[in-house]
Amino acid sequence: MSAHADSEHASDYQDAHDEASSRHGSFKDYLIGFALAAVLTAIPFWIVIYDVFRNPRVGAVVILIFAFVQIVVHMVYFLHMNSKSEGGWTVLALIFTSILVVITLTGSLWVMDHLDSNMMTMTPGQMRSMP
Amino acid sequence: MTAHTETLHPGTARSGPTTIEREARKEAPVFYDTDEHGHAEGSTMLGFWLYLMSDSLIFAVLFATYGVLSRRYAAGPSPADLFELPLIALNTALLLFSSITYGVAMLEVEKRRMGLTLFWLGVTGLFGLGFLGIELYEFHHLIEEGAGPWRSGFLSAFFALVGTHGLHVTFGIIWLVTLMFQLPMHGFIPDNHRRLMCLGMFWHFLDVIWIGVFTFVYLMGVLLA
Repeated sequence: MSAHADSEHASDYQDAHDEASSRHGSFKDYLIGFALAAVLTAIPFWIVIYDVFRNPRVGAVVILIFAFVQIVVHMVYFLHMNSKSEGGWTVLALIFTSILVVITLTGSLWVMDHLDSNMMTMTPGQMRSMP
Repeated sequence: MTAHTETLHPGTARSGPTTIEREARKEAPVFYDTDEHGHAEGSTMLGFWLYLMSDSLIFAVLFATYGVLSRRYAAGPSPADLFELPLIALNTALLLFSSITYGVAMLEVEKRRMGLTLFWLGVTGLFGLGFLGIELYEFHHLIEEGAGPWRSGFLSAFFALVGTHGLHVTFGIIWLVTLMFQLPMHGFIPDNHRRLMCLGMFWHFLDVIWIGVFTFVYLMGVLLA
């Protein structure tokens, strides 16, 4: 292998290395992400196990907010999401998917709940006599 | 082929560029390709990201199904009767630890240290196995208590959602073990680097899905039951 090829190879390697490390984040990033994730996991478990909120609906909303924040933390610190990676296509795909997920979830729950409240509730007796 | 062309047009083939051609060449714009070249890793990463996004649609549908059926107990057990939150907390911790050890393994990959990379990948795999073990214990326990997926709509949806996640973790571990053989065999070649990056995204993605599972299924199930 010639000296020229060697140096070319080395610079390729360096390029790949630089780009890769920018995509990996540092040990500090992982530690921050881990600490945040641990706290954001511990608080919801504490809320539910010790029944912190008297009203379970309030508790449910609070732990959903915690889950959402933790998902963002994972995306940023572990999956290294930023608006620049792959020329913005990853973020675009993520936004599109999030919209679909929200439509699927809220749509299903809303429609089925509506259906439920408009149906007559069946007594166990009626249920037994069903064909 | 060239010989054939030469016999047909001996003049054009032999003579140099004409004056017009030379002029055109002088004025031709010069392009500088500032984009990256022959770097297949980039497009693979985007493709794998799109796969993960489509996978999250599968999970969205399963979450929606669970949301609709989560109160259909059919006079059977409810989440408050079944779920043991300390066990779920342990499971969550194992998956979170495995995420950070995978991150540490990737940092060792950047430093090209084979031994430490394999060590941290192994630790990640063990955490993953611990997670799967606890989940299988939980499933076994539920089925023994007569709370199998056939018991009620709630339990069908529960097993479908949590089981699909567990299946993903299983395939993640198989992939991890495969890479732990391929790494020492071929070294830190670009192919292995790409594979490790993809598995890393997959593994962190599974942790993200698990946030949804423990919040939406276990915590809210116990809270609202």
